[in-house]
Amino acid sequence: MTGAPHRHFDDELNRLTDRLLQMSGRAQDAVERAVRAVLERDPEAAERVIREDKEIDSLEIELEESVTNLLALHQPMARDLRLLLAALKISNDLERVGDHAVNISISAKRLVDYRMIAPEPELVEMGRVSREMLAQSIDAFVRRDAESGRAVCRRDDQVDALHRSMFRILITHMAEDPQTIGAAMELFLVSRNLERVADLATNVAEDVVFIVEGKSIKHGAERREAKGE
Amino acid sequence: MTAAVDIREFGFWYGRKQALRDVSVAVRPRLITAFIGPSGCGKSTLLRAVNRMNELLPDTRHEGDILLNGDAVYGPAVDVVSLRRRIGMVFQKPNPFPKSIFDNVAYGPRVNGLADERQLPEIVEHALKRAALWDEVADRLDDVGTGLSGGQQQRLCIARALANDPEILLLDEPCSALDPIATQRIEDLLIDLKREVTIIIVTHNLHQAARIADETAFFYLGELIEFGPSDALFTRPREKRTEAYVTGRFG
Repeated sequence: MTGAPHRHFDDELNRLTDRLLQMSGRAQDAVERAVRAVLERDPEAAERVIREDKEIDSLEIELEESVTNLLALHQPMARDLRLLLAALKISNDLERVGDHAVNISISAKRLVDYRMIAPEPELVEMGRVSREMLAQSIDAFVRRDAESGRAVCRRDDQVDALHRSMFRILITHMAEDPQTIGAAMELFLVSRNLERVADLATNVAEDVVFIVEGKSIKHGAERREAKGE
Repeated sequence: MTAAVDIREFGFWYGRKQALRDVSVAVRPRLITAFIGPSGCGKSTLLRAVNRMNELLPDTRHEGDILLNGDAVYGPAVDVVSLRRRIGMVFQKPNPFPKSIFDNVAYGPRVNGLADERQLPEIVEHALKRAALWDEVADRLDDVGTGLSGGQQQRLCIARALANDPEILLLDEPCSALDPIATQRIEDLLIDLKREVTIIIVTHNLHQAARIADETAFFYLGELIEFGPSDALFTRPREKRTEAYVTGRFG
């Protein structure tokens, strides 16, 4: 059973992977530019992110169509089936990453009107880690690497901790000076959106484990299993 | 739950060629069990071993045993004819006798002396209804069976098998000569029938196995590779060879 024959279906799957990579690249780029627009108070850059989100949306629709076709025409089984189901969910997750980049950009535009109070190191760090998680989860998808997927899931806690610390810092600002409330609320939204991006990267990583091993590790299923619950 | 067909460490040889080695499968009652695998994997040999049909060929031998609801199929005192009465079999190509529809279905009860002539109309009607053919042939029971369409002929063969009230129904590629609509009718029929009779089906059509079989056994080169619930076997098989086969990556 060695020397598996060439399957045209694999070419189709490769095309699908390329499209997901393209989507992921754009989504990461949008998050990066949105965070930079916040830090550099650049409403034009924010506006560009909002405008270009349409391209991510149309990539999602294209991807949905090709998955539908592949399911109908090839009726795949086992790993092929899991791959297509996961691709569908991943494209939806990436589209939502794009939406969060838009939300951050909207905040960036509104923040121009306020005095800057950004707790920059936390914000920069959150942006960096969530983008890395996205990149690593897609890389795990391409290489079908469940271990790398699990590593992404573990990093989610890091972003959650940064989000909590942003929350405390912003509360302190607001308590000390009510003038900062407007800016602090916007920054809290930015932080919340970045925390969601990390969650979506975690979803992608969980789907990679599903493709490779055929089991769901969502909602901490694996941790509960380890504890024997 | 005891197995309806309990295949135990079964091996089979055609001359010096070993077709099955050390196969153990417990077929559960009132379920549909599918045997799948590439040509020459031994799945049809195993199906025919259940009613000892392989013995019709010269120079064959077996080891191990098969229990039919607890009775040893290969026991020394077994009467093969009465054994086969308990097992219905349907083949790839529909093979009705060149007789009337009625006589096709009445054939088994007649030769087995299960019923006298007065009871036959009722038995025939019941078997044709169970095979979902009655409504189409009720007004022409005297027409010859071979004049029916392919799908109808296959359902006639199923009715003929059911007329003996078998414990097990064995089907060897029953839909491979049928169009998709006739195939779907047979599949729906089998799902209805499993309430009353245990069904084993050999099929090359993986999607057919996935659609109708509760449990599926995958064979390769005479060995059982994986056996379990169809939903798991077709979505997350445990064995690499099963994965390769169901995704068409067989080299």
